[in-house]
Amino acid sequence: MTEETKAMEPILSVRDLKVSFTTPDGDVNAVKGIDLDVRPGETLAVVGESGSGKSQTMMGIMGLLAANGTVTGSATYRGQEMVGLDPKALNAIRGAKITMIFQEPMTSLDPLYPIGKQIAEVIVHHRGGTQKAARPRVLELLKLVGIPDPERRIDSYPHEMSGGQRQRIMIAMALANEPDILIADEPTTALDVTIQAQILKLLRDLQKRFDMAIVLITHDLGIVRHFAERVVVMRRGEVVEQGATGELFETPKADYTRMLIEAEPSGRKAAPPDNAPIILEGRNVVVDYRIDGGLLKKRASTFRAVDDVTISLHEGQTIGVVGESGSGKSTLGRALLRLIASEGAYRFGRTDISGLDRAGMRPLRRSMQLVFQDPYGSLSPRQTVGEIITEGLYVHEPQLSRAERDKRAIEALKEVGLDPAARNRYPHEFSGGQRQRIAIARAMILKPQAVVLDEPTSALDRSVQGQVIELLRDLQARYGLSYVFISHDLSVVRAMSDYVVVMKDGRIVEEGPTDAIFSAPRAAYTRTLIGAAYNIAP
Amino acid sequence: MTDAAVSPSPAAEVKGRSLFQLALLRFRRNRPAMAGSVMLVLIACFSFLGPFVISHSYDQVFSSYVTTPPNLEPRPGADALEEATKRVAARARVELQSFSVEGETFTAVVTARDPIDPRAARYFDRANEFDKTEVAASEDDGRKLTLTGVVDREYFLFGTDTNGRDLMARVMLGGQISIAVGLLASLVSLGIGVVYGAISGYMGGRIDNVMMRFVEILYSLPFVFLVVVLVVFFGRSFVLIFIVIGAVEWLDMARIVRGQTLSLKRREFIGAAEALGLTDWQIIRRHVIPNTIGPVVIFITVIVPKVILLESFLSFLGLGVQAPLTSWGSLIAEGANNMQSAPWLLVFPAIFFVVTLFSLNFVGDGLRDAFDPKDR
Repeated sequence: MTEETKAMEPILSVRDLKVSFTTPDGDVNAVKGIDLDVRPGETLAVVGESGSGKSQTMMGIMGLLAANGTVTGSATYRGQEMVGLDPKALNAIRGAKITMIFQEPMTSLDPLYPIGKQIAEVIVHHRGGTQKAARPRVLELLKLVGIPDPERRIDSYPHEMSGGQRQRIMIAMALANEPDILIADEPTTALDVTIQAQILKLLRDLQKRFDMAIVLITHDLGIVRHFAERVVVMRRGEVVEQGATGELFETPKADYTRMLIEAEPSGRKAAPPDNAPIILEGRNVVVDYRIDGGLLKKRASTFRAVDDVTISLHEGQTIGVVGESGSGKSTLGRALLRLIASEGAYRFGRTDISGLDRAGMRPLRRSMQLVFQDPYGSLSPRQTVGEIITEGLYVHEPQLSRAERDKRAIEALKEVGLDPAARNRYPHEFSGGQRQRIAIARAMILKPQAVVLDEPTSALDRSVQGQVIELLRDLQARYGLSYVFISHDLSVVRAMSDYVVVMKDGRIVEEGPTDAIFSAPRAAYTRTLIGAAYNIAP
Repeated sequence: MTDAAVSPSPAAEVKGRSLFQLALLRFRRNRPAMAGSVMLVLIACFSFLGPFVISHSYDQVFSSYVTTPPNLEPRPGADALEEATKRVAARARVELQSFSVEGETFTAVVTARDPIDPRAARYFDRANEFDKTEVAASEDDGRKLTLTGVVDREYFLFGTDTNGRDLMARVMLGGQISIAVGLLASLVSLGIGVVYGAISGYMGGRIDNVMMRFVEILYSLPFVFLVVVLVVFFGRSFVLIFIVIGAVEWLDMARIVRGQTLSLKRREFIGAAEALGLTDWQIIRRHVIPNTIGPVVIFITVIVPKVILLESFLSFLGLGVQAPLTSWGSLIAEGANNMQSAPWLLVFPAIFFVVTLFSLNFVGDGLRDAFDPKDR
């Protein structure tokens, strides 16, 4: 097959493509002259961390850049130059011959129209005809992408479908005109692992069936290794390395590629001694969310997010809480910290905290902290880093003078490996990894005993993820911290925790020491999870 | 993706730029917005510093110069002086033999059949045009008097109104009051609206429900009715205008801030603050209000012109500022009544008013771009 593809002419060839953005702070060169070829029927993965320009390359080719972006160079599709082509002529290619699917299936569909209409629109636009005439074709497409019961679902609205189904709809729209090239921009990043695997399988089946080329833009090397034939590694707008997948993973030439490949979280955490006292415990935790019935409906219904879960965190322990979105793992973390109304018996060390209200909990807050997933959202954009990390001191040690607070801020920043000068700057001036360090510093400055980490690495690039995990393990060893580590990423959980709790639909499906869970999962659901995660990343 | 590339490397500088400073930088690059700001400063200087420069006060009546059109030449002019002297002479029952002006002084020779009382000079003084009239010489047993005095020349660059008051001084005063009403009433609405909206949005649930229903009740009251009621109860006063307008305008502000707060509430930094143990009020003060500042500042630039217009409307109805105080609104209303006979009465206040509103809109536009560059 490789012999054949090498012989084939590329259908899309990009030469010296540059993308730059005009901003008030001067021009930003997002892509600095790259060359790449897409051959018919192959899967080309474009890999890189966020900010490497991998998405902007494709957006530039497709003429979809933001208003302040300009693209220069050349991108030819079957001999037709696409850069600088007028939008009308470009439309004949994009959406028909080259199509795209995006990361966010939740926002890429128009919520006002049924999905069948949205798919039919693509067909009608490029081939003419009426909505009605396109209907059989739409049904066929829905069947193709594996939507169950397409006759009924064709008139559904996007909000009636799950994330995975919406991504399937997006794929159906992309396939509507039988494209030669499908550009998939992080198609599975927003999806749960099990669904991720299904979508990737679907893409591969469709690729074989239609013999189309797929350009897969991703930061996940696990997917690349399993899925792509050739890989282009990008960094800071330049191509660092490209080659066949096997070769590239076996003998990476560039240091950067090697670093990316080795960034997979590694190491294990030893369990604390058996007699370690319990630091934080929740027995029979139940969390109900009230769903308001609205103005006319009198009775409000409830949704049980966490259903009778018992979890006890020992001193020095890290409990990994695993589950897909909606499994109630984040809710459980907040309930343990008594941040949301919940039932059950809670205790912190030897104190019973079940009956405490907000004011009663306040003195204990310094000992039990929370770190959030999104390093962009969890820092107030209008405060300096110094103000952010010393906020806890302002509450719990109000007697401290300004100079003392400043000293503590410097210590905390050094502890998380940031330059103390950072305290005068604002969060928007930092990268995702640095921001997550700031968020950790904010929790650590109070010298807590138990910390709930809610997906602290999910929004970060792999290489940065490794560093943050390293930091968290470091802090734990130094201060004997106990963590509840919530994540959907099994490889991270494996590296971080000594005990794993698997949750599904608000209940614990399985729990046990990490190694036992990963080597011999008992519950069927755990097996699916592990299977899905490690079949992509073998 | 691009913003990661834009953010400067942390080692580059120690002192960070806050979002506000960045917004200011973007604002400075916006030409129309900067022009608008300069214009506003000029108009404010004109209104507030102008009265110290010109010699007329806003309530000084020049009975000789009722509805004089604007002119760059000083009043009275040569022929007008001649005319005025004749008028004075007639009133003093003397005959004017000759009249001449040299620089600032005039010399008039008057005759009569009977000896003239030297107090006739006072007739000259009584006219706005002449001052310090003295009898320089007396001939023919007092039948012929030579009077000298100073010609009181006045500049009316904007002309005068129907009562003979200098329109320029009036426009300056109107500017002071309109700008003051605009700013103060907006601040009143800002203060009430931001706090009310933030509390309502942050507390949520029943409190939010009650607070917002109250706002809706106030919304449904007709504005003029509210004003009339307040005026009846408290009598007319300058302060009342701020309160009335502020009391109406904060409703919009409260809604905007509440909406902002609702979306802020779901942001993780609010959750983080809760996890740190901050009280509700601390969270509102330290996290909610500072983060609503962008939309609020923009909305202020919409409110200020709106308030100025409202004040004009009230003045137009006779519920606003009372004579001899005035505002641009009442000046325009007055000018509109005399549009045909004395168009300048309408033109000058209208120019200032329109330029101010335009400038405010440009500034508001610039602020919006500066605070939300991604919205464009």
